[in-house]
Amino acid sequence: MRFPMIAAAALAAGPAPAQTPVLTVYTYDSFVTEWGPGPQVEAAFEDVCGCDLRFLAMGDGAALLARLQLEGARTEADIVMGLDTNLTARAADTGLFARHGRDDVKLDLPVGWDDDMFLPYDWGYFAFVYDKTKLATPPGSFQELIAAPEDLKIIIQDPRSSTPGLGLLLWVQAAYGERAGEIWQGLAPHVLTVTKGWSEAYGLFVEGEADMVLSYTTSPAYHLIAEGDDTKAAAPFAEGHYMQIEVAGRIASSDQPELAERFLDFMLTDAFQSVIPTTNWMYPAVTPEGGLPQGFETLISPDEALIYAAGEAAKVRDAALETWRAALAR
Amino acid sequence: MARRARPLGPAVAAGAAAAALVLALALVPLGAVAWRAEAGAGLGPADWAAVRFTLWQAFLSAALSCLLAVPVARALARRNFAGRGVLITLLGAPFILPVIVAVLGLLAVYGRSGLISDALGLLGLGPIDIYGLTGVVLAHVFFNLPLATRLVLQGWLAIPSERFRLAASLGFAPSDVARVLERPMLRATLPGAFLVIFLICMTSFAVALTLGGGPRATTVELAIYQAFRFEFDLGRAALLALVQFALCAAAAVLAFAVALPTGMGAGLDRPVARWDATGRALRLTDAAWLAFAALFLILPLGMVVAKGLPGMAGLPASVFAAAARSVLVALGSAALTLALALPLALAAVRLGGAGGAALQAAGTLSIATSPLVIGTGLFILLFPVADPVALALPVTALVNAAMSLPFALRALVPAVAEAEAGFGRLADSLGVAGRSRLRLVLLPRLRRPAGFALGLSAALSMGDLGVIALFADPSQATLPLQLYRLMAAYRMEDAAGAALLLLILSLALFWVFDRGGRAHAAA
Repeated sequence: MRFPMIAAAALAAGPAPAQTPVLTVYTYDSFVTEWGPGPQVEAAFEDVCGCDLRFLAMGDGAALLARLQLEGARTEADIVMGLDTNLTARAADTGLFARHGRDDVKLDLPVGWDDDMFLPYDWGYFAFVYDKTKLATPPGSFQELIAAPEDLKIIIQDPRSSTPGLGLLLWVQAAYGERAGEIWQGLAPHVLTVTKGWSEAYGLFVEGEADMVLSYTTSPAYHLIAEGDDTKAAAPFAEGHYMQIEVAGRIASSDQPELAERFLDFMLTDAFQSVIPTTNWMYPAVTPEGGLPQGFETLISPDEALIYAAGEAAKVRDAALETWRAALAR
Repeated sequence: MARRARPLGPAVAAGAAAAALVLALALVPLGAVAWRAEAGAGLGPADWAAVRFTLWQAFLSAALSCLLAVPVARALARRNFAGRGVLITLLGAPFILPVIVAVLGLLAVYGRSGLISDALGLLGLGPIDIYGLTGVVLAHVFFNLPLATRLVLQGWLAIPSERFRLAASLGFAPSDVARVLERPMLRATLPGAFLVIFLICMTSFAVALTLGGGPRATTVELAIYQAFRFEFDLGRAALLALVQFALCAAAAVLAFAVALPTGMGAGLDRPVARWDATGRALRLTDAAWLAFAALFLILPLGMVVAKGLPGMAGLPASVFAAAARSVLVALGSAALTLALALPLALAAVRLGGAGGAALQAAGTLSIATSPLVIGTGLFILLFPVADPVALALPVTALVNAAMSLPFALRALVPAVAEAEAGFGRLADSLGVAGRSRLRLVLLPRLRRPAGFALGLSAALSMGDLGVIALFADPSQATLPLQLYRLMAAYRMEDAAGAALLLLILSLALFWVFDRGGRAHAAA
């Protein structure tokens, strides 16, 4: 049955529009699903570009970069969207990306942006999410979490296989520097378990396995807006919160350089940015004219944003991982 | 000696070709990754700690699964009760669930907010904590006890009923039956069962990490992940994969050296009656083992069902499209598995000795390579010549087939050996060879294991995320991938519904093939 239907669809599309240029965008898997921003972004861009926007998805940001490195100069990608600032230094080293050449981009980020190769499209803060009905007074800092009774359990992700896991590693490193090892040793008794990725951790948390889970400050917005459930909240930490900034870049060898440029411009317009909050559940890089969706005003907004500059993250990462492993392996 | 006189013929050639193909599928991608690598870092102390932990947990998991499987399989073999067929089918279930679903099901029973902890809470006791080696081994036994039970049960069912009849007329006590009939069968079956479980647990990663409670439970596969995505050090990834493969190969050599063929002789396939096991104490023991196995397996599955039902009704259409795609891949993969396993099993038995063991080892080691390395290697190989995305589904079916081959072989090889031992000489003296030998002598006796192999490989393929995640195109998701996507979109209830759909479809596929294989078993 599937094949006749596909054939029918092809016929209905009329004579093959062979002249339509195709823009290929590599991104991570959750971007392109029917619940992610992909379908709306594709429709909106195709309305104005006279082109066929084609998403190819692979795992997450790290898998995306690994794929690009495997493909090298022969890659079909015109745009790579979904790396974050922990990956951009390595991505720039591949020599595959072109400079974006914009020096007056207006962005609504809590920190300045001066990368001349990658443009941000959304951002968020890592945070520990908890259930207000089960945990009345959540810890307000890493120190308070360490001092909490030992049966207060958190679930985190492994920095070696997960983006939020790496985010937490850098969060503790950025907040405590030399003292990171001591903090991890203090946290160790509270770590119920470490999962491969975000989904496993969040799934366990929803099932009630632990009191808190490492996620984003925007996670409670999903429950509030999509499920009408206001019991989830993110705990504000006094040390500040580590940021994730997701970026896109243009491949230098692309056969559609103009279309790619247009896509990068489009990415920062309302048509793209207004889709982000309730599909990717992150903050848009440029706040759309209508503001953020109702419900986002209930989220915590950290006083201090922590983030390593692109090259810095790569430098502290390996030592921080060793510290983490040593402290938690006991 | 008559065997030697017969030319080895096309069966051995076909088997050798299948073995070569499977070995190539395991090793060529590994070579491709190594070839693509720049000079990488060697292995550090953390890597060797990962190797030690991997070996230890795999050994414990396999040993415990096999140990528990013996009494459970014995009870299933010698008792007839209402629901026996259902229980045997359900035994296939844990094994085919995607890791995350099984883990959530297990934690719904053994977790901090699971059934047992809740019950303890009523008594005023704190929650139980299974995270650590306990959790890892518990999960692996949950996955693999059913598999071990099925493999041992095949062995039991392959003992001709005439042997039990003879034993009864000789007045054998249960201990005599165990010594003369059952122990030799176990000696032939258990090493292979132990080996496949050991190998699966060697490449375990998400289970070990999640239930192991953190970096203490780092396995080699996780170290490969680190090398690949954290450091993009392909050389280190390939080196780690090679270490893993070498350890698995050593385990395979050991297991095949320990296994001894049985000499049960042939029977007339009459139903088995067990006069030796009618005592009251034995009945109670068997009932207790069956109850233990049923509870151990069915409670977590029941939780998967209970949590999935609310989400079942509102599943998006894309989930059903993904399910249809998964069924196609599963059928393709099952057919491929049998196409590889049958010639391999025939050739292994025909060759016998070291050659036969080598063929079996080749067919078993496909699960010893890291899925991440196979996927990456295939990508490196395919990318210059074809569009890997267009090949995603066929490649997934092929890799899934290679991954289920070891289980198919474990079911088929003993059956082929029995058939050849029982009827080979008669067939030789009548000059029945080639295709008619296959049709008249072998295939009728292979129905049951072949049905089991087809069912298991279809179900395994259904539940495996496999290499599709490395190749996927947004429109080509299989059901496990779609399930992960639902979770990544916070849709935990839909994901639970999709998990239930996956469980139902996998079990249905398994049941249809397995049942087909057993259709004439009672005749």
